[in-house]
Amino acid sequence: MEHLRIPIGKTIELTIDFITEHFSFATKAFADVTETGISFLVDTMMFFPPWVLIFIFAAIAFFLSRRKSIAAFTVLGLALIWNMGLWAPTVSTIALVLISTLIAMLIGLPLGILSALNSTAYRIIMPILDVMQTMPAFVYLIPAIPFFGLGPVGAIFSTVIFSMPPAIRLTCLGIKQVPVELVEAADSFGSTRSQKLFKLQLPMATPTIMAGINQTIMLALSMVVIAAMIGAKGLGGEVWKAIQRLEPDKGFEAGIAIVIVAIILDRIMQKAGAGQKTA
Amino acid sequence: MAHKIEVKNLYKIFGTHPEKALGLLKEGRTKDEILNKTGQGVGVADVSFHVDEGEILVIMGLSGSGKSTLVRCLNRLIEPSYGHILLEGKDVTKLNKEELRILRQTRFGMVFQHFALFPRRTVIKNVEYGLEIQKVDQAERQERAQAALEQVGLKGWENSYPSQLSGGMQQRVGLARALALDPDIMLMDEAFSALDPLIRRDMQDELLKLQEKMHKTIIFISHDLDEALKLGDRIILMKDGYIVQEGTAEEILTNPATRYVEKFVEDVDISKVLTAETIMKNPIEIASYAHDGPKAALWKMNQAGISSIFVQHKGRLEGIVTAEGAAAALKNGEKDLAGIVIRDIHKVSPETPANDLFPILAENSTPVAVVDKEERLLGVIVKGSLLAALSEGALGNGTS
Repeated sequence: MEHLRIPIGKTIELTIDFITEHFSFATKAFADVTETGISFLVDTMMFFPPWVLIFIFAAIAFFLSRRKSIAAFTVLGLALIWNMGLWAPTVSTIALVLISTLIAMLIGLPLGILSALNSTAYRIIMPILDVMQTMPAFVYLIPAIPFFGLGPVGAIFSTVIFSMPPAIRLTCLGIKQVPVELVEAADSFGSTRSQKLFKLQLPMATPTIMAGINQTIMLALSMVVIAAMIGAKGLGGEVWKAIQRLEPDKGFEAGIAIVIVAIILDRIMQKAGAGQKTA
Repeated sequence: MAHKIEVKNLYKIFGTHPEKALGLLKEGRTKDEILNKTGQGVGVADVSFHVDEGEILVIMGLSGSGKSTLVRCLNRLIEPSYGHILLEGKDVTKLNKEELRILRQTRFGMVFQHFALFPRRTVIKNVEYGLEIQKVDQAERQERAQAALEQVGLKGWENSYPSQLSGGMQQRVGLARALALDPDIMLMDEAFSALDPLIRRDMQDELLKLQEKMHKTIIFISHDLDEALKLGDRIILMKDGYIVQEGTAEEILTNPATRYVEKFVEDVDISKVLTAETIMKNPIEIASYAHDGPKAALWKMNQAGISSIFVQHKGRLEGIVTAEGAAAALKNGEKDLAGIVIRDIHKVSPETPANDLFPILAENSTPVAVVDKEERLLGVIVKGSLLAALSEGALGNGTS
């Protein structure tokens, strides 16, 4: 059987080698841009003393969610993280999540719109998303290493791939859910395709798209933690260190910090999405 | 005069091989047979009709009859498979995308069954939509939208959201949204069907009132015969994609072309729709006040086999003379009808509905005279002719 083996793995390996060799300009450019982005974001956030940043986050939380309870939780949760001595890794995790989400949205939104409006694109993109979402998360770490080496850029690359599917799916769903009669109405008045998209379909799809962004953020957070294995710093790095050194105290503290960050991000995004709906 | 819109042999076949279905249709196969055989759905089959300027044409049929598909073919929301649509002589089916867009922006206003208002826009922003996409500037847009809203009686609701309005009000917004563009053709797809009966009647009255001022060309889709009878200058009845009958309300009611139309018509209270004009018969004989005496009148009655006769004087209806009256006058040797003509008789206009004729006929033993504004005798109605007309209309019930 050995000589009859279909060379799936081999082909993928060759493809990765080929990309590494011939598209280094692209991977290099991606690395430069994201690295600049990360260090700028981390430097900015670390420039403020922690308590100032905690109140800035609380203010953002209140502004987006209009809920005092969420703002209060933000203050208490982040204060606890500061107290546990995990401020710096938390900031770096938040930076990784924000940048990954931003990139995932920049790619995911247009792809979602495309697959909603074009049935051929839909038929191509949806099966790929199925594969992407069933593939074990760890597998995405592998190509990141030859492309970008160990470090945060590779982590962001894997995170973007892992967290992008819901952004595409829910954008597509949101647009497709716009009632046919409304689309007909827009057509009957002689709207162009882009007028229909920007004046009707996207506004109508906003709550669903926000739900997609929420999911993307949550997936990004989980992936950023896993990506500690290829050298992403942050809270995941703390957990990874704790595993290797058998330090359950450190490990659980970092775990709690991750949960706090997750809850804050989730609640803010959920309320921001729901707030859009009733407007 | 050329027609405003003329539709010629229009077909809409859903599916990838319309030519297969077209062949079978021409062989006279039914919609279901074609669907089973080829998988092609027949929406509209060989439909030809016209609409004149300022006319309300109602296209009526049950669900699945192709009426909604047909109206969407007119502005090509649904692309027709074969045939031509001439708008003032220009073929709409031949327009390219851009020309079609302009046409939709300027000529057609559409109103939808479930209102199809944009839920995240305020009422005024909804009405402004058509102007907004034509890039009309803010001030003018608002002014025209405001005027349209006032036209439909929604002043003061500008900044509400559609969900805060009742169904009737929402459809007024839908109407205003179409009117704001001042199109010359209105396509109304079951526009009032989702409203409850009372509101629906109000909206129908309102539409007729607006139409008196606007004189738009209106194509109104409905599954409700009462609505069709009320609104339509002409009515087209559709079944399985075909037109089964076309005509005025009365033509369709009194002379249903097929069993399908009969079935449709049988639910209508026929006495509401039939008018004196349709029921009346030509008077067989008329006596002349100036020339005829009792003898002549009696002779005419004898000849016609009637027991009373209407008397005309200088073209106007003078009254009625009964056989008994004439016989008595003859005995008394009277030479004219002056003494015996009964002037206090019931006269009705041709538009009087049959419903109102029942009590009149019940009270009087003599026939009822149908007269025009100049009091000229147009026809007579006796109990027998009214009952005959009603039973003719009701015959649809018995035979189907």
